[in-house]
Amino acid sequence: MTRQTIYTIKYIGLVVSLLLFALAVSCQTKNGGNEPTPNPDTTSTNPGGVVFNPTAVPFPQPANFPIPVYNLSQNPLTTQGVALGKALFYDPQLSRDSTISCGFCHQQFAGFAHSDHALSHGIDSKFGPRNVPSIQNMAWSREFFWDGGVTDLNTLSIAPLTNPVEMDMKFADVLARVQQSPKYPGMFTAAFGSDTVTTARFLKAIAQFVVTMVSADSRYDKYVRNESGGTLTSDELAGLTLFKQKCATCHAMDLFTDYSYRNNGLPVGSINDQGRFIITQNEVDRLKFKVPSLRNVERTFPYMHDGRFSTLEQILDHYTSGVKDSPTLDPLLKADGRLGIAMTDTEKKQIISFLKTLTDNTFLTNRKLSAN
Amino acid sequence: MKNYFFVAVFSVLISGLIIVACNSVNPSVEPEPVGSLSLAFDNVVGSQNLALNTGTYQNAAGESFSVSKFNYFVSNIRLKKEDGTEYTLPQSSSYFMVDAEKPDSQTMTLASIPAGNYTGITFLVGVDSARSMADISLRTGVLDPALNDGMYWDWNSGYIFVKLEGKSASAPATQNNTFFYHIGGFGGGGTKKINNLRTVTVPFNGNLVKVDPSVKPQLRLKTDILKLFNGPTTLSIAQNPSVMFDTFSTNIADNYASMFSYEQIQANL
Repeated sequence: MTRQTIYTIKYIGLVVSLLLFALAVSCQTKNGGNEPTPNPDTTSTNPGGVVFNPTAVPFPQPANFPIPVYNLSQNPLTTQGVALGKALFYDPQLSRDSTISCGFCHQQFAGFAHSDHALSHGIDSKFGPRNVPSIQNMAWSREFFWDGGVTDLNTLSIAPLTNPVEMDMKFADVLARVQQSPKYPGMFTAAFGSDTVTTARFLKAIAQFVVTMVSADSRYDKYVRNESGGTLTSDELAGLTLFKQKCATCHAMDLFTDYSYRNNGLPVGSINDQGRFIITQNEVDRLKFKVPSLRNVERTFPYMHDGRFSTLEQILDHYTSGVKDSPTLDPLLKADGRLGIAMTDTEKKQIISFLKTLTDNTFLTNRKLSAN
Repeated sequence: MKNYFFVAVFSVLISGLIIVACNSVNPSVEPEPVGSLSLAFDNVVGSQNLALNTGTYQNAAGESFSVSKFNYFVSNIRLKKEDGTEYTLPQSSSYFMVDAEKPDSQTMTLASIPAGNYTGITFLVGVDSARSMADISLRTGVLDPALNDGMYWDWNSGYIFVKLEGKSASAPATQNNTFFYHIGGFGGGGTKKINNLRTVTVPFNGNLVKVDPSVKPQLRLKTDILKLFNGPTTLSIAQNPSVMFDTFSTNIADNYASMFSYEQIQANL
């Protein structure tokens, strides 16, 4: 081939490419324009010089867990999105008087529950009617809170932000405060390609951070995955066997909850919390609460929806001798013509030994999940 | 020279491909003529116009009341043609929230309606379950929980479809003589819950809305708050001063299903 021919082929190639590009552009149907996505599809910069070039973060899928139910394709994890979510999670400016962050009530060392607080303790030292639930493995949950009222992890954080006894902000004011802060616009650009703080971007950033809170590295996990460090003592192994017989129907392994709502026979407290009934208005749901995961249960005390128990021993005592009958009591707790679950003192000790193998120190001390 | 000729021929061929490709779906049919339609909601209380805070009215239970807030969602709009067929507006451009405090919100433009004569309108009061559960990025504008004046329940995921608040001596003093009706519930996702979505059909009483590219007609509907009180269930403020997410709310939904009626058509704005 002559140089001229090569030049011509290159030239034709260029022209064809341009025309095909024109074809692609001209043939695109116009988007309805009503559904802006939080993720603009082009790399861009803002006046602050922040480059939008997000780094994808692979979802930390544990081998012994099912596939998560959270729709990661609608909110792909990125280093920048997770970092923004973490900054928001630990920012007290998101509360009315700038004293309460999400992390105030969700402490890492307590499995992101509120250690030693039976009832949620929010702004102006006000108390809510329920125990702060732990935050872990949220990507496997379809419904949130003790009553399952929130059905989307993305919209979950609106509730504590606006609850008058938690952070007590109007949601629009939260967004405005974030927009006006010197810190966040650059982080929004880095995460989403625009410094405009929208509802979707704000909520999805927090959801990204929360989705990375995966606890799957306890001694039990190592045992079940045959990894080093996964040895259980004979008491713990006996406890595991008992747990499978007596507890695992509701606290289904390996997430240690079946995500159902059940009345576990707690006598009704003075708050008279009707639980799941509040959400569904179905009589059959009275006094039912979500089965909580038992991961890191050694650290998430106090226990139950109203924090009435502070030790694991008290919980097992409730199941052997404290269960109160009522129309919605879970049938599993009145099988064989007796109330509760039969356990000897030795069996209780063994079950508690096993429960403590669910403590995941990697998760509880992971710097990536800690306040900076 | 020969090479440039070759390039030129090639360019023409590709350009032809573009033109053909872009018209391949419907190469011979002319686009259907479309027009727009203005849809207006007049909030009234019986025979009177709604005057927020200042107007006083009486319901069938004989209770005197005033209104401080009245918001409602209208969505999933369909228009009935003279020939009996229906035109469904694209769903994404079919969500509106009428807010009695904001006159702009009471008139909406329905664009790109196929030209023709229309005899009635059907819409949903509320936000359908699919959109209620859609990804948050798809819930902008009036569906944005931050921007829709509290028409969203963050504790029991879903929108409030109709919100009516006001004062009445019949409302308890412990509620500061205020009554609250926050009615929502799309039926639940995985779990069956209260469903207060109501489909409303309003015929134009034999009148026609003539949609045409050259004009912008306006359809005015009346929204009568009294019907929310006086329907299949007589709603008494004294007996039910605050109704939100509870089973009684379905009675109010059955009442508001009939609060819309035809008022008038203006051929061109």
